[in-house]
Amino acid sequence: MHPILKLVAQRLALSVLLLLAASVLIFAGTTILPGDVAQQILGQSATPESLANLREELGLNDPPLTRYFAWLGGVLQGDLGTALTNGLDIATAMGERLSKTLFLAFWAAIIAVPLAILLGLIAVRYKDRWPDKLISSITLTSISIPEFMIGYILAFFIGVKLGWAPSVALISDSMGLLEKLHAISLPIATLTLVVLAHMMRMTRAAILNVMQSAYIETAELKGLSAFEVIRRHAFPNAVAPIVNVVMINLAYLVVGVVVVEVVFAYPGMGQYLVDHVSKRDVPVVQAGGLIFAAVYIGLNMIADIVSILANPRLRHPK
Amino acid sequence: MNDELKYLSTRAVKGLMSRREFMGKAAAMGVSAVAASTMFANAVKAAGPVKGGTFRIGVQGGESTNSQDPALWASDVPIAGGNHWGETLVEVGPDGEIENLVAESFEGSADAKTWRFKVRQGIEFSNGKSVTAEDVMRTMERHTNEDSKSGALGIVQGIESMRVDGDVFELTLGVGNADMPYLMADYHLKIQPDGGFDDPTAAIGTGPYNLETDEPGVRMTFSRNPNYWGGDAVAHYEAAEVIVLNDATARTAALQSGQVDAINRVEPKIAKLLDRAPNLAVRNVSGRGHYVFIMHVDTAPFDENELRLALKHAINRQELVDKILQGYGGIGNDMPINAAYPLFDETIPQRAFDLAKAAEHYKKSGHDGSPIILRTADGAFPGAVDAAALFQQSAQAAGIPLEIKREPNDGYWSEVWNVQPFCASYWGGRPVQDQMYTTAYLSTADWNDTRWKRPDFDEMLLSARAELDKAKRKEIYSKMGRMMNEEGGLILPMFNDFIDAVSNDVQGWEPDPNGPMMNWYGCKKTWKA
Repeated sequence: MHPILKLVAQRLALSVLLLLAASVLIFAGTTILPGDVAQQILGQSATPESLANLREELGLNDPPLTRYFAWLGGVLQGDLGTALTNGLDIATAMGERLSKTLFLAFWAAIIAVPLAILLGLIAVRYKDRWPDKLISSITLTSISIPEFMIGYILAFFIGVKLGWAPSVALISDSMGLLEKLHAISLPIATLTLVVLAHMMRMTRAAILNVMQSAYIETAELKGLSAFEVIRRHAFPNAVAPIVNVVMINLAYLVVGVVVVEVVFAYPGMGQYLVDHVSKRDVPVVQAGGLIFAAVYIGLNMIADIVSILANPRLRHPK
Repeated sequence: MNDELKYLSTRAVKGLMSRREFMGKAAAMGVSAVAASTMFANAVKAAGPVKGGTFRIGVQGGESTNSQDPALWASDVPIAGGNHWGETLVEVGPDGEIENLVAESFEGSADAKTWRFKVRQGIEFSNGKSVTAEDVMRTMERHTNEDSKSGALGIVQGIESMRVDGDVFELTLGVGNADMPYLMADYHLKIQPDGGFDDPTAAIGTGPYNLETDEPGVRMTFSRNPNYWGGDAVAHYEAAEVIVLNDATARTAALQSGQVDAINRVEPKIAKLLDRAPNLAVRNVSGRGHYVFIMHVDTAPFDENELRLALKHAINRQELVDKILQGYGGIGNDMPINAAYPLFDETIPQRAFDLAKAAEHYKKSGHDGSPIILRTADGAFPGAVDAAALFQQSAQAAGIPLEIKREPNDGYWSEVWNVQPFCASYWGGRPVQDQMYTTAYLSTADWNDTRWKRPDFDEMLLSARAELDKAKRKEIYSKMGRMMNEEGGLILPMFNDFIDAVSNDVQGWEPDPNGPMMNWYGCKKTWKA
């Protein structure tokens, strides 16, 4: 077998194991939380009879292991089950939420990733001069402010004061693409500001690192312009670390946007999961955890593979 | 008013000119903003309700776990949505009197044991089926049967038998209850076809609007019910939306930027600031909801009434109202009843903040000086942690060793409330005294969170329940109130207002002490200019 294929196969197998481990951890975590789903559904208005009735109906009287394996069996057959709290099909509800989160993450990434890399390149080109310092100070400021604060500031000035974009990012299927993008422009801007600095700094550092090499000096000596040197000789060799940081940020855009979703009332996965965690809706939490874990593991795997392909020593094994 | 202004206001009322435009033009003519606003409001009132438009409310208290089954409703968003599509037999009006909805009329027997509700004839559910007394009975059956997980189970437990007699739904109680119609107004008891047995979540009812889309935890959209029995007099909007906005800042921003027309749960600390915004107004109404510290009267050291009195005297009620509620509320008197209830007795003396008396009672209680643990959490009520801290300071000034234990919000209602002997909590109140006392202070009540088990108190409660003479009932309730105030396990420092904020475009908004946002009837009773 080709070593790269073997590597990929190994990673896939490892990913499945990791997913299993994650599901066990999440299950154990939700089981030891105080109160159960019946108690959480009924809240302060619970009476002993209604609690007992609901527990019986939801099958909460079965031992945890039985419930866990019953659920796992369903997932292997592609059935995520139904939410304990409102009886809706999890796969349908979650698919809807996930597609909204991915939609937001996609557009944030479309703007943030090229912008971050471009800014990184510009920063390197004008290292220690004013463009570099300006870019660094702006991105470092935005990363230092908590994301909910950025969200509130944008919502207040752009949403309320100027009225350019809605402060509540409600989208529905009946809207056109442009309408949707307008509706989510503030969360996109917030997310972009949040992830920009990390990717920009890493791009800058990785390229600067390569710029120390002897072959860069050669390239400079043969008379290439500064941008050409960066584009043709430095950047390709800095791809691996850049891809790594980009993937980490993409994963963040999918699984870490809870706060932004809350601030802008965006109907994505984050809010959905928070609601179900607080109601102890274990099947939903499990499914959400698995999906998030899969996103992380998948994106990291892609980063690894890209790094391998970018590395001639692995691409052409002895 | 000169002709020019009159002309402008007619145009504005007809919707040919926005309110903002009108205000601008009026200002240009030298009319002050206040005068112009009044002028506009008067013109609108004279013109009567305007038809059409969409009414959107931003509501805190919705989760993606919500369902349309009325039996399971416990938070604001599903309750708000429910008042769009569904109706109960009767409703408690803003003045505390019973108004008929699905019931056309009702009457009680002399002993208040048998109640007959005549079901309105010729009205339809949103699926086109005629409403019958049978549907009403099936609804009650669904909420009372033994497998029910309905939040109304406790309320309807007193029903002994039910039957249908033509277009009349009749129920018989084990013990007479003069307030029975008030119980029928409970939001869980939305009348559904066949009682909702076949599909409780179908959202089919007799309400002024029909549910169009439902995205739990996100929003619900409604269209006007063309067959609504209330006719043209109510439900002026063409469409309505309930948007879930759990984050306070997002909610405020949405109202300020005009994405919604009204919001609930304005935080007291920003209410005054928000009220300064030119395009909206903060509307608060004092209700029956209250924030409390509850002591189990059967658990040491709270089984000693002198200690309870010491704690009751050591709390600075006015300070809590000023600092925690920012003035949006009123002080309480260690009984769960205030002037918002019918038959409230104003002559019961108000307990004062008195450190000397607190110290005296504390000494008499013979408490050993070990820390008295008060458990609290952010989720117990808004500002509960701060309120507990203020309580602790004043109690310590009286020499009472009060200590705060902060608990996580998660699991607070299962692990702390109704379990631990002393903790912070809240009650939403009930429409009548009987229901409030029955829910939490009857010896056998499931939610007896102060462990208040007094046969003499129960006896008074039951005798008041069956008493149809209002003066006599008031006298009994007064006795019960005094008893709770003197000996109860309830420290009730404050009643909280419902604080909403409403866009100035919305007309016809009336305060309703039965619930926030006009008791969720804004969609039915307001219109947009």
